[in-house]
Order: sequence, then structure tokens, then C-alpha cells
Amino acid sequence: MSFVSIVIHAQGLLKIYAGQRVVDGISLEIKHGECFGLLGPNGAGKTTTLRLLLGLIAPDAGEISLLGQAIPQQAREARLRIGVVPQMDNLDPDFTVAENLLVYGSYFGMTDAAIEARLPELLEFANLTHKRDVKVPTLSGGMKRRLTLARALVNDPDVIFLDEPTTGLDPQARHLIWQRLRELTARGKTLVLTTHFMDEAERLCHRLAVMDNGRIISQGTPRELIADNIEPQVVEVFGEQAADWAKSHAANHTERFEISGESVFCYVRDAHPLLLELQQHPKLRYVHRPANLEDVFLKLTGREMRE
Amino acid sequence: MRTNIFAFPQLSLRFLPIWRRNYMVWKKMAGPSILGHLADPVIYMLGLGYGLGGMLPEISGMSYIAFLSAGTVCYSTMNSASFEALYSGFARMHEQRTWEAILNTPITLDDIVLSEIAWAASKSVLSGIAVLLVIWILGLAHSPLSLWIIPLSLLVGLCFASLGLIVTALAPGYEFFMYYFTLVITPMTLLCGVFFPVDQLPAMLQTVSAMLPLTHAVDLARPLLNNAIPVNFMADIAVLTGYALVGFYVSLVLFRKRLAQ
Repeated sequence: MSFVSIVIHAQGLLKIYAGQRVVDGISLEIKHGECFGLLGPNGAGKTTTLRLLLGLIAPDAGEISLLGQAIPQQAREARLRIGVVPQMDNLDPDFTVAENLLVYGSYFGMTDAAIEARLPELLEFANLTHKRDVKVPTLSGGMKRRLTLARALVNDPDVIFLDEPTTGLDPQARHLIWQRLRELTARGKTLVLTTHFMDEAERLCHRLAVMDNGRIISQGTPRELIADNIEPQVVEVFGEQAADWAKSHAANHTERFEISGESVFCYVRDAHPLLLELQQHPKLRYVHRPANLEDVFLKLTGREMRE
Repeated sequence: MRTNIFAFPQLSLRFLPIWRRNYMVWKKMAGPSILGHLADPVIYMLGLGYGLGGMLPEISGMSYIAFLSAGTVCYSTMNSASFEALYSGFARMHEQRTWEAILNTPITLDDIVLSEIAWAASKSVLSGIAVLLVIWILGLAHSPLSLWIIPLSLLVGLCFASLGLIVTALAPGYEFFMYYFTLVITPMTLLCGVFFPVDQLPAMLQTVSAMLPLTHAVDLARPLLNNAIPVNFMADIAVLTGYALVGFYVSLVLFRKRLAQ
């Protein structure tokens, strides 16, 4: 089918908390079957944007349509076909793995028999078949996150919202979640996720919006974001003399450079002249690599800490 | 655009799956829970009823322990609903984020608040039945009228669950609940005829007592356990129902405000 349906449409969203524009004029279109990422530093407004799209809070201005339903007015109807993986674990600690899925399914009006029929598939998807009757507090962080993902699928949703799905997980657990999320997009599910991990965004997301201070500052595929915002090559220079070298020489050989402590990030279209120059300074160490999303992110949102 | 936090409650049967969730959690700890509901009134009625009652003449034409039994029903059902609405409700709302998980499904906050009230009231019914069993076993009530204690427990539960949820909606943490127990529940217990007749109080306190819901619960329970139809039962039921409805609406508005953050 060449027909592309818009699953989520948001126009001019505004949310003000205590006089501060936490979400400040956001517009989005998310297509059926894509994985869309909201990228941004802490406090950029990613979670608030998700909560607005889900109809959990009402915007101060703007319009949202989710699966053809007006949000927040028809949020309840829309949520029948939505799954949510929240940022903070909110599994039921008193229940086993299977009971968590059974009880959550009942909130969607599903019968016990209908949920029971889905259990083996959900448990297998979450790699938790052998933990079926184990209580939640004894699960590892990765298992809990997988159970939360399985729980979000209990109603076989069309759209799945994930708020920082791999924060706090070790690399093995993270890779397993990524694999599962790719399987979901392969099955035609639409995913909307927030993250501040660039490799996660680069691997999973078909399209991304970079947010800062409640606004979208750039939007596109990972490749487009890199091509639009930054020089294609990066040379990172380290060492005690790196900063001194940069102050006197870097400007002649780079399109742009940034000094951050004892590292210098040089952004170039053609790295060749710069590499020749660096070979004149044997005490400087360097790494040459293609530009990535993290470079885009740091350029757009700055290097200073967000606290 | 802004949703109206004062909107009329949207009620539906969607609260039932949440009630069942709470029941499933409770079932895992049913033993200690039931024991508590039984032991507490036994200790009160035997200790105070026989100990203190032995030194007292008949009160309002009945033995002190019989007098106390009606108070114990009301006191126990009030406490059951209050503890559930405050401590357990706060855990579900704040600590365990159970509400947050439920709100991501097609269930609204109005359904959740209704489920909390229904569940806390269910705990009151359980407590009421436990006290009634103790009363029957001790031979303190014989008439079928005493069975009305069960629906009364539900009404008392709905009333104090609703009032308790107002406190939960305002609470920054568990410590906050001490204010409610110390400043509301304990004085109520002493002013409402649980341990001694209200007419023992100075006139001014009697006026206060007449406005408190527990007084009306006791006014219903005492005749019912003494084989009599309560004199002003319509008014008593109206007061308890009124507190329940106002409490439900006020707590819902406060929860809407709190969770809109």
C-alpha cells in the first residue's frame, strides 16, 4: 500500500507549569508503522509531550489526534488500542509475573480466558516463560522492564509509547529490549519513544525530533539530522597540549571546533588536511570517526550539564 | 481546553477490575487480616466490657459490654475504611504507582477513586461481619435486626473511605496521616457515643457530636443490636450518605488537581 496513514497528529501544543512553558509549540506527525524518537536532555519536555499525546494531561493550547480520536476528549477510547511503557517501574509488587499480565488485561475489559490465551506468547516475547509464577520483587531490572513491555502488549495495541525504555539497564538487557522493539516495528506496530541515548535513537528510530526547552529544534531521519546539522567528519584530539594546540592551530584546519577539558572536538568536511597537521604533533592523540547523532545532539543542546 | 477539575463525576462499572485487583492482593494476606478484624474487637469488648463494665451499672437499660458492642462495630468499621483509604490508598497512588499504571489503560481517575472507596468500604463490611460474629458468640445480640449491621458497615465504610481519601489527596507523605487520626478520628471516637452515652458530654460538645458522622452510625447500630428499630434512622442514614457523597466529590476534585501535575 502506498497509502500512508497518520497515527498521531499534534499541532501547536503548549503546556505551562508554574509560568514555565514546559512544552512550547510542539507539532508532530507520526506515521503508521514507524518508530519515532523524542530526543532531548533531562527537562527538555519529552515526558510531558508523551503525557499530552496520551491525554493524561490537557494542553493549554493546541490540538491532538491519536488513532483518529480527539485527545484528551476521547483519550479513554484511544487508549484501548495503546500500550505504555512508563519511565518508572509501576508493576504490581504483590503479584507474580502472570498475575501482573492478567490483572492489567482486565483493565482493558478483557476476559480472563482471553488474557490466558495470550499469556504464553507474551511471556515468550519477554523471555519470562520460566518466571511465570515468580513474584515481581525477585526479578532483575531487565526482567522487570521486559515484563513492563509485555504488559503494554496485553491488549495487542496499535501504538506503543515508551518513556526511556532502557534507562538503568545493563548492555545485555538493553540489546534484548532493542531486539524486541525492532520485532514490534516489523509487525507493523507504531512506536513512540523518548530517550537520551544516541545509539538507541540511531539504531531504533526511523525518525527523530530533538527537543530542548519545550521546543523541537530539529526533526528528520537520523541521517538527515546529521547531514542537516553537522559536518560529516569528526576528529577528537586528546592530551594535555590539546587545548593549546586548538587555540593556535585548529581554526586553520577545521570548519568548527569545541574545547571540552582536555579534549578538542574538530568538525570537518574533509579530514585529510587536519590529520596531516596532527601528525606534526606527536604528543597529541586523536580519533577520526564519522559524525554521529551525539555530535548533533551536543551541538543543538550544548555541552553544559542539565540539572 | 483545560479539563474542568470540578466536573461531575463520571461513574462506570470500570472500577470493578481495580476492586478485583485489590481483592487479589488482600487474598494473599487474608489470614492475618481476618485475625486482626476478629482479635481487635474481642480484646476491646472483653477488656473494657468486662473489666470496666464490671464496675458500672446498666447503661441505657443494657449491660456495659452490650452497650460497648455497638460502639465497637462503628469504631472498627470506621477504622478499617480509614486505614485502607489513607495508608493503602496512598501506597497505591504514590509509592507503588499503581494508579499511574492504571491510568495508562482505558480507566479514568474517576473510576480509580470510586474503586478506592468501594474497596475500603468492603474492608469495613468484612470488619463489621467479624465484630458481629464476636457479638453473637458472646451472646450480646440475638435478633435478626442485628443483621442490619452488615449494610450499616457498608454505609459507614463508604462515609469514612470518602473522608479519608480527602486526606490522602492532600498528603505529602505517610506522616501527614497522624494529623487526621489525632485530630479527627480519635476525638470522634470519644465524642460519638462509642464508649459512653453522648448525653454525658457538656451541651456544647453534644452539639458538635450531633454533626459528626460516627454519632449517627452509633445511633443506628445500638438499637439494631438491642432488637429495636432506630428512632431517626432516615436522618442518620441521610447524614452518613451526605458525608460519603460530599467526601467522594471533594476527594475526586483534589485528586484531579494533584494528578494534573
